[in-house]
Amino acid sequence: MSAKGGGVQYSKIAEIKGPLVVVDDVENAAFDELVEVETKDGERRLGKVLEVGNGKAIVQVFEGTTGLSISGTNAKFVGKVMEMPVSREVLGRVFDGLGRPKDGLPDPIADKFVDINGEPMNPEQREYPKDFIQTGVSVIDGLMTLVRGQKLPIFSGSGMSHNLLAAQIARQASVVGTDDDFAVVFAAIGVQYSEAEYFRRSLEESGALKRSVLFLNTADDPAIERIITPRVALTVAEYLAFELGIHVLVVITDMTNYAEALREISAAREEVPGRKGYPGYLYTDLSTLYERAGKLNGKKGSVTQVPILSMPSDDITHPIPDLTGYITEGQIVVGRDLFRQGVYPPINILMSLSRLMKDGIGEGSTREDHSEISNQVYDAYSRAQEVRALAGIVGKAGLTEIDLRYLELGDTFEKEFLSQATDENRTIEETLTLMWKIVSKLPKNEITKIKDRYVEQYYKEE
Amino acid sequence: MAAQGRIVWVSGPAVRADGMAEAKMYETVVVGDSKLVGEVIRLTGDVAFIQVYESTSGLKPGEPVIGTGNPLSVVLGPGIIGQLYDGIQRPLRELSKASGSFIGRGITTTPVDMAKKYHFVPTVSSGDEVAAGNVIGTVQETDLIEHSIMVPPDHAGGKITNIVPEGDYDLETELATTEKNGQTVSLKMYHKWPVRKPRPYKNRYDPTVPLLTGQRVIDTFFPIAKGGTGSIPGAFGTGKTVTLHQIAKWADSQVVVYIGCGERGNEMTEVLVEFPHLKDPRSGKPLMDRTVLVANTSNMPVAAREASIYTGVTIAEYYRDMGKDVVLVADSTSRWAEALREMSGRLEEMPAEEGYPSYLASRLAEFYERAGRVRAAGSPDRDGSVTLIGAVSPSGGDFTEPVTTHTMRFIKTFWALDAKLAYSRHYPSINWMNSYSGYLADIAKWWSENISEDWFDIRSETYGVLQREDTLKEIVRLLGPEALPDEEKLILEVARMVKIALLQQNSFDDVDTYCSPEKQFKLMKLCVDFYKKGQQALKEGAALSDIRELGVVSSLLKARMDVKDDEMPKLDKLDGDMQEQFKSISGVKVSN
Repeated sequence: MSAKGGGVQYSKIAEIKGPLVVVDDVENAAFDELVEVETKDGERRLGKVLEVGNGKAIVQVFEGTTGLSISGTNAKFVGKVMEMPVSREVLGRVFDGLGRPKDGLPDPIADKFVDINGEPMNPEQREYPKDFIQTGVSVIDGLMTLVRGQKLPIFSGSGMSHNLLAAQIARQASVVGTDDDFAVVFAAIGVQYSEAEYFRRSLEESGALKRSVLFLNTADDPAIERIITPRVALTVAEYLAFELGIHVLVVITDMTNYAEALREISAAREEVPGRKGYPGYLYTDLSTLYERAGKLNGKKGSVTQVPILSMPSDDITHPIPDLTGYITEGQIVVGRDLFRQGVYPPINILMSLSRLMKDGIGEGSTREDHSEISNQVYDAYSRAQEVRALAGIVGKAGLTEIDLRYLELGDTFEKEFLSQATDENRTIEETLTLMWKIVSKLPKNEITKIKDRYVEQYYKEE
Repeated sequence: MAAQGRIVWVSGPAVRADGMAEAKMYETVVVGDSKLVGEVIRLTGDVAFIQVYESTSGLKPGEPVIGTGNPLSVVLGPGIIGQLYDGIQRPLRELSKASGSFIGRGITTTPVDMAKKYHFVPTVSSGDEVAAGNVIGTVQETDLIEHSIMVPPDHAGGKITNIVPEGDYDLETELATTEKNGQTVSLKMYHKWPVRKPRPYKNRYDPTVPLLTGQRVIDTFFPIAKGGTGSIPGAFGTGKTVTLHQIAKWADSQVVVYIGCGERGNEMTEVLVEFPHLKDPRSGKPLMDRTVLVANTSNMPVAAREASIYTGVTIAEYYRDMGKDVVLVADSTSRWAEALREMSGRLEEMPAEEGYPSYLASRLAEFYERAGRVRAAGSPDRDGSVTLIGAVSPSGGDFTEPVTTHTMRFIKTFWALDAKLAYSRHYPSINWMNSYSGYLADIAKWWSENISEDWFDIRSETYGVLQREDTLKEIVRLLGPEALPDEEKLILEVARMVKIALLQQNSFDDVDTYCSPEKQFKLMKLCVDFYKKGQQALKEGAALSDIRELGVVSSLLKARMDVKDDEMPKLDKLDGDMQEQFKSISGVKVSN
């Protein structure tokens, strides 16, 4: 992160509380302006103005306030908002959570400096996303298809295999029949070092590291820095996509840590809290990150986001997954039960959904029967789950013959379709064949969601 | 005299400025060197509290604030239809010309193209007396919209002293002048109206005509009337937006105002991309020719989100005043309420439930009260309506949260979306036990006059089956389906049929996306007939499995997708087949 430009003004610190400092005798500071806080021994920390007026400014210090003292500490208002230097050279580099090189190499030579907050995309200038991304993961490609420019989060819980899945998507994602330029931007927010390292190694082994940019704020890095990490990452992603024409996949993990940093600041400012102590503007704030995914008219590249968040106590109604789900275009939900059974990827399909799927599939991109076969699989698996619950009460003996067929279908679905190896890359054709295999477990008169001509063509009774 | 003050404090979208003694409440002001648009929302001494409709990043104390003397207003005239506006009626297409793919700040544009010429046909002559609301002429705005040029509602009236002949004029041309008590007022093709003030009308009617949406679960089970109010709450992923898009596409109204209030950018893009290619089922013209979009996506400034609802409803009232039926869809009122909450927090007001301001309920009431079927002010007589439909996004899908509970007090149709139904891919996931419509009795007359006399009875029978199934499900959950006698198992079968053949509807299927009232009724009647025949057959000794395996069952389940609106004889044939097939199993002795 750079804070170039003439130093404008030094002021004294009046108060320090939590991650905030209150600066006195401020004359010419602007809202959102970047601040350099300098301690007696010359240590510099970065911050930004949250509120300014009546000669005072409230400044949020990204690296935290530990060790700061009121005497001898100065605040310098830099005269501009926080900016990230961007250029093609950022590819293959590793940065810290504020966008400073972490790989021992010098600053990349900047092509330009960009405001990390970005600007909202004009909805009129967006291009509706519809290019099918083949992830090679059957359950995603078949039932919750990802398209270029989508934001599709993974809702997981602590300890589950979401990182394996995100890394697999990052390695395998491709658009069939194109050799467009692509890149991966990875932002680690408050995750353990081992998780970030797993991701880096996975990119390295697949040879994708030189087309990747990593931003790492690990669990031992300052919490407030986490507000900045996704913003610098997305700023780089937007530059790569819309200025250099690259298709960028952004993986951000873990958004829950981001929201907690936001709550910490809100609490320090004594704001009226919304649910569970999170600020009332959490929705708006999250949207300023997620809405930076997309495609634009007349621009070649795209920003596709796969944010990961861990649901506290696996609760999908918790404010973080809840508000995320209202903004993102679907969600991939990792299920604890399947995870315990050793299924990989343990995706609960009934709770998962891709809103942009309908335009990314069908004739010309995947196959004409994709939409209907997918509806039928959802419907059948949902019936299978009901029958399982019922079988738990009345036993298999109390089930009708058709119920037993659904029970069998549920098992086949999990064993043969859902389960796959972390290095198994299935084509969409293979995925669709597997889906018909599942549906063919049912007698024809149970197939209510597929047109007869597709049934005739693809249905194969065993 | 306009106020001229200086910024003293900035925090997010909230700004305080002093030297503002001349400012009025809700006056629009220009904030800072970059000329951002703001609105005064509190006055204390000479300090004005201002909500700013654009990003305040980089704004400094000391920068100027200048009053405009006017409240936040919209420009009403031809050229509105087909536009995509932001929350304060700036056309996003024009903004992109100024700032490219991303939305810049401090850009001024006119909401409609002032230089565009329309063919004006006067309907009054020199010397005629006109009053506020009178139509003085018409222009053809789009293929679908004949646009009445009206005397503004705040006009004092008078005698037409001068009117242009029929011809092509732009919006700034003086079309006519009126004179009263020596005062001359000029009339143009457009006028301005403050968004927070409802437009006046002559009188109000009871809503008794259904708004047909082509969605079976809405039209048949939980109908809404033209001029009525409805709300659609649901957790994420339950299909709120798809349902609202369906209403915007297929509702039988002349104008649709779609407000994307704090929602996804791509959803507005989808409407923009899709609507020009979709044909209005009644006129065959592109749907965009009757649609206005107001988009303040979630990442756009929060204060403009609050304004977007008012901008939209004022435009809706304007077209209502021309005698048109207008549907306004607001997705989502929860985000609007959150915008209120955020500003209220910055004003340091005492919060009520969940941090929302205490005036949340009254603001919601005021908004929904702007719906209605009315006789417009002025002459000639015009009857129009504004139907208001608001989505609610309850946190955690919990319907007891403040926005949902307050909204329920002010609306009459409630479509409760159900996450469980959505998880099992039952779409639209409108829960038939929790939803209700207060218009059912009022609009039953329309159905019995236009579709079938026994509509109300058949509907009640169908709904009765669903209610019986709901109770039986409890028993099944405990004892399994085999514990029920055949008559009750039949109810489960029929309920399944009603759910698949009637309640479910595939918005992405070319045929199923829209269902005519005739087809809705026939499908429903088939289900009820199946039930009656089934009961009879059981009495006569048929086995339930025979009924279940009738060939007609699977045809009935797929009829919604297989039979087009103009192929009603196919449904009659299905009815005939059903009679035949039941005959073949009746009287056969039970074998088990």
